[in-house]
Amino acid sequence: MAEKQQMPPAEDGGNSVRMVSTMGIIGLLAGALIVLTYQVTFPVIQKNKAAALERAIFEVVPGATSKRTYQVSGDGLEILEGENAAVRKYYAAYDSTGQLTGVAIEAAGQGFQDILRILYGYDPDCQCIVGIKVLESRETPGLGDKIEKDENFLKNFIALDATLADDGATMAHPIEMVKFGQKTDAWQVEAITGATISSRAVANILRVSSSESVPFLTDNLDTIEGDTP
Amino acid sequence: MSADALKTEPPKTADTFLKGLWRDNPVFVMLLGMCPVLAVTNSAINALAMGLATTFVLFMSSTIVSLVRNFIPKQVRIASFILVIATFVTVTDYALQAISLDVHKALGAFISLIVVNCMILGRSEAFASKNNVGRSMLDALGMGLGFTLACLSLGVVREILGTGTLFDVPIFGPSFEPWVIMVLPGGAFFVLGGWLLLFNWMRERKEARA
Repeated sequence: MAEKQQMPPAEDGGNSVRMVSTMGIIGLLAGALIVLTYQVTFPVIQKNKAAALERAIFEVVPGATSKRTYQVSGDGLEILEGENAAVRKYYAAYDSTGQLTGVAIEAAGQGFQDILRILYGYDPDCQCIVGIKVLESRETPGLGDKIEKDENFLKNFIALDATLADDGATMAHPIEMVKFGQKTDAWQVEAITGATISSRAVANILRVSSSESVPFLTDNLDTIEGDTP
Repeated sequence: MSADALKTEPPKTADTFLKGLWRDNPVFVMLLGMCPVLAVTNSAINALAMGLATTFVLFMSSTIVSLVRNFIPKQVRIASFILVIATFVTVTDYALQAISLDVHKALGAFISLIVVNCMILGRSEAFASKNNVGRSMLDALGMGLGFTLACLSLGVVREILGTGTLFDVPIFGPSFEPWVIMVLPGGAFFVLGGWLLLFNWMRERKEARA
């Protein structure tokens, strides 16, 4: 910025009152504008987020048409009213006749670059994972982000075995990742060639989360099946 | 960056608007705001959203800065400009979340980073603080659209080559093998380099003819 004149050295002290008050007034107006925008957009944003979550839940639990949110309280589950970001939540999904079709569970873990957040659907009838959706990821575009779209990879999660062992507290077969083309058992996740780390991240997240949530959900199945909406 | 590119006194109205689109294009000629240009142009829709968000912020800040230019003491002008810009960036951030969560997610931190896009502070300082409201608005609109066009020219090329689609519509058959590098950061530099080559070549040719 060649021809712009340089800031003149401060000539007088009397100006400082004017400087401070100018900044004050601008700050006040700016604050007011931001608060106004926040007030106007907040309900819309909340609605968008809720709609996006509901879409995701119905996507990972096929056949679901309504949902109820449960929060963990003590050893059991209770219906969550309103919002609470701090607690662990389970989204019970029901079909049109009010039958429980599955439970959507949020899980997170280390991906290739950043924390990967996914939502997966667990069907208590077949004791398997019936769908996953990536909620948040910073995986490499074109490589790692195939975990969101690759058809062969998503086929892993149509009926991924998540059976409980006989003791009722651990998994019979922890979910594991195998290379592409080497899947032999129902609890194995077949990796995407060229996106091994991201594929493994998904498998790890599912293994950790399912070994925690599946025994817990099995114990509390009566609660979520019981009270009809 | 030539001094010519920052000259602010061609008095023709149409020129105030048009120079941002072509002769003084903020990206291809002045090389301002490279960070968002390289980072979020991996698809056409992201590029368009970024361009429009920046245009909005630029337009609003230039208007306000031009309106209050006579009240602001020189010593605090940069702080005041940044305050105005930051306000509109925050407004844009909320508005975008309300309009489309998906686009907001794709642009991520780069929305907040519009604050430090040197193009916006540059126009406030070099143009809006010295010109009347009408001309400042025109200048901001021209510069903003120029920026949007530049983002789009990168985004379109990168999306077509990198994923074989344009605005998510497949344009090649399924046999097309995407050039993954194009949607990665490296591809941004390749495509930007290509466009700069084109612009400089055209300018040199014009100068040679004149």
